[in-house]
Amino acid sequence: MQLRVSYFAWLRERVGLDTETIDTAAVTPAQLWTELDARHDFATERRHLRVAVNDAFSTWDAKLAEGDRVVFIPPVSGG
Amino acid sequence: MFEISNERIEVEALRRGLMDSGCGGYTAFEGWVRNHHQGRAVSGLHYEAYADLAKAEGLKILAEAGERFGPVRLACVHRVGDLAVGELAVWVGAAAPHRDEAFKACRYVIDELKQRLPIWKKEHYIEGESAWVDCERCRAAGHGKHDHDHDHAPARPPQEEVAP
Repeated sequence: MQLRVSYFAWLRERVGLDTETIDTAAVTPAQLWTELDARHDFATERRHLRVAVNDAFSTWDAKLAEGDRVVFIPPVSGG
Repeated sequence: MFEISNERIEVEALRRGLMDSGCGGYTAFEGWVRNHHQGRAVSGLHYEAYADLAKAEGLKILAEAGERFGPVRLACVHRVGDLAVGELAVWVGAAAPHRDEAFKACRYVIDELKQRLPIWKKEHYIEGESAWVDCERCRAAGHGKHDHDHDHAPARPPQEEVAP
């Protein structure tokens, strides 16, 4: 399955990419996190982040579909 | 009306946009770039947003305020990009038939957006370094080893959250 993954803030700097398209066997955001953490070493724990799928907040165990856009969301600091 | 903008926030136009003959009270909150944070001199800020989700979540917060406090006219703009000390980073305006709803709705919007909008702030310090704000505690504890949790918890106590 092909997915688009986007990164923001320190996670973007850590990975060195805004967005990547990946082929994956992961079917949930949680599995995708584990796979990409092994590749990029996010150097943080998943429990500190939220996740969005197709520009809406999602749960970590949601079912992903071909072409989905997944974004891992570090703790926010707006305002 | 909710916007993420990389242009200077024009307060007077926003205020005029909220005017309505049925409203007798108006209030606004302005978040300004402060020149210090946790004892360090700050020269400016960089804000980065996940704009598509931030817009959707911002509109959701405004709708929630309407449900809670009644017929309040609300508008909010959050800046992104590089901001100098003293610049306006976020603006929330609320107009309502009476002042109580306006104050409450304005307070609700700024409190919720600080917790929920996918926007991140990087501080530039006078001595030359830069740091993502919420990352400081992580760094202090060592990434991946710290025991604090960020879920729905402010990085700093709310009473310190008056300005950005």
